[in-house]
Amino acid sequence: MADQTISIQSATAETPLVRLVLMAIAFLFLALFLFLPLVVVVSEAFRNGVGAWFQAILDPDALASIRLTLLVAAISVPLNMVFGVAAAWAIAKFEFRGKAFLITLIDLPFSVSPVISGLVYVLLFGSGSVLGPWLKGWGIEILFAVPGITLATIFVTFPFVARELIPLMQDQGSADEEAALSLGASGWQTFLHVTLPNIRWGLLYGVLLCNARAMGEFGAVSVVSGHIRGLTDTMPLHIEILYNEYNFAAAFAVASLLVGLALVTLVLKTAIERRYAD
Amino acid sequence: MTATVQSSRWHFREPGVIPGFRLTFGFAVCYLSLVILIPLSGLVWHSSNLGWDAFWALASDPRTIAALKISFGSAVLAALINTVFGLVVAWVLVRYRFPGRRIVDAVVDLPFALPTAVAGIALATLYAPNGMIGAWLADFGFKVAFTPAGIVVALVFIGLPFIVRTVQPVLEEVDREIEEAAATLGASRLDIVRRVLLPGLLPAILTGFAMAMARGIGEYGSVIFIAGNIPYVSEIAPLLIVIRLEEFNYAAATAVGVVMLSISFLMLLIINLIQAWSRGRFGHG
Repeated sequence: MADQTISIQSATAETPLVRLVLMAIAFLFLALFLFLPLVVVVSEAFRNGVGAWFQAILDPDALASIRLTLLVAAISVPLNMVFGVAAAWAIAKFEFRGKAFLITLIDLPFSVSPVISGLVYVLLFGSGSVLGPWLKGWGIEILFAVPGITLATIFVTFPFVARELIPLMQDQGSADEEAALSLGASGWQTFLHVTLPNIRWGLLYGVLLCNARAMGEFGAVSVVSGHIRGLTDTMPLHIEILYNEYNFAAAFAVASLLVGLALVTLVLKTAIERRYAD
Repeated sequence: MTATVQSSRWHFREPGVIPGFRLTFGFAVCYLSLVILIPLSGLVWHSSNLGWDAFWALASDPRTIAALKISFGSAVLAALINTVFGLVVAWVLVRYRFPGRRIVDAVVDLPFALPTAVAGIALATLYAPNGMIGAWLADFGFKVAFTPAGIVVALVFIGLPFIVRTVQPVLEEVDREIEEAAATLGASRLDIVRRVLLPGLLPAILTGFAMAMARGIGEYGSVIFIAGNIPYVSEIAPLLIVIRLEEFNYAAATAVGVVMLSISFLMLLIINLIQAWSRGRFGHG
């Protein structure tokens, strides 16, 4: 019986030994590169006990960075969500010239270095530019202030929702919408009652990934923020400052909040994927 | 695609009953232009203001060249490591059933969800000479954190999901009957994997490799904590941009930025070419 099993397996499957080795390599690699970093963040964060963790989180500068991170995400994620829905509607429901080019342009921020995403806004609104001093004359600060941080975050998280929705809506086609329209529904009614329920999970998925990136963005924000403690430091920037001050416990305490965000994102993502599959 | 009958009149878009084209297309293009295209073209405009000679002098500065080489070299090396291990991970996830497979599958996306700065300080702590892995490696005489090897470690972390997530769906679609056919014709398991499966996976592998590499070249947050950031040794190109900006040397920052942007466009072009070739040859992109 055992011989038979092995001879059957050997044709289209690996021998148990090869299988074991492959699984061991995969698990070891994932443990080394993905699991251990998580363990380190959590263990370092609570190294000095729960009290020290709370103290680090409740520090006024840390709280200010949390508030700023939430504010920036609260502006940039909805804007990119509206863009994502509009772009996906235009691309999935219509045939027009240059569509492939438009899709490539939407994906562009994914292949641009985050530092360059920040650099372009420094050049656009910096002291050497035309726009920056002019806006300053009106009392509007872009760089080293919340608007610049928000713009850089929007740049970096730009494609997430659109990228999720475009293939989904292309797959779904327009038959449902055409039916609704022929029955007398208006464009908005069709969108709200027909399209939106069809795309809600994909939309949520895109918003989730967009939000995770918006709250965690470092490179782009670092270039435009000016690193003013308590004013223009987002959570990732605050982590950097604490880390460079050798205040590791506090750095990891703030970092553990972002690990929590990442884990919640992954759990929700997996749950949505399951719903998708059903 | 949908329009097989075309009227002789030139249409920007095919006519249809669905409303909202002007609104959605107009908004999408305006927003795209304002947020992405105009700022990016500002970078190109700034560099053209420098003049070619000045630009070339800045771009060919030895420190710039060294930083670009380090970014490029570590990105290639990390993508190669990820190709090997990413393939094994994708294979194990698709072909084998084991308890906790869903969790392992979800964890692969961690580098997408975890902020890069958090990954950076975690990896730096792990691989530091007194860290969990670093201390162990130090016994064998290896030093990873604060050396160029540290850059590769950070980029392996960042790039892993790209390979797994491009290869995985293609591997799931593979028709097992092809393998059975090859087996009945007397091919060994290794031959089947090497000569039947791998060629079909090649476009996905190449796409994942190029995506991981493109991401690696531009990566900043996870690298700077672990790299040591010594000029000419472990200073990456994005960091050099930040340093030039802190010196208010906007011209030099712009020059490095334009070179990196050109590399990004080149990588994007390569990825699109691979996918077009794959669609033509294998019927999937």
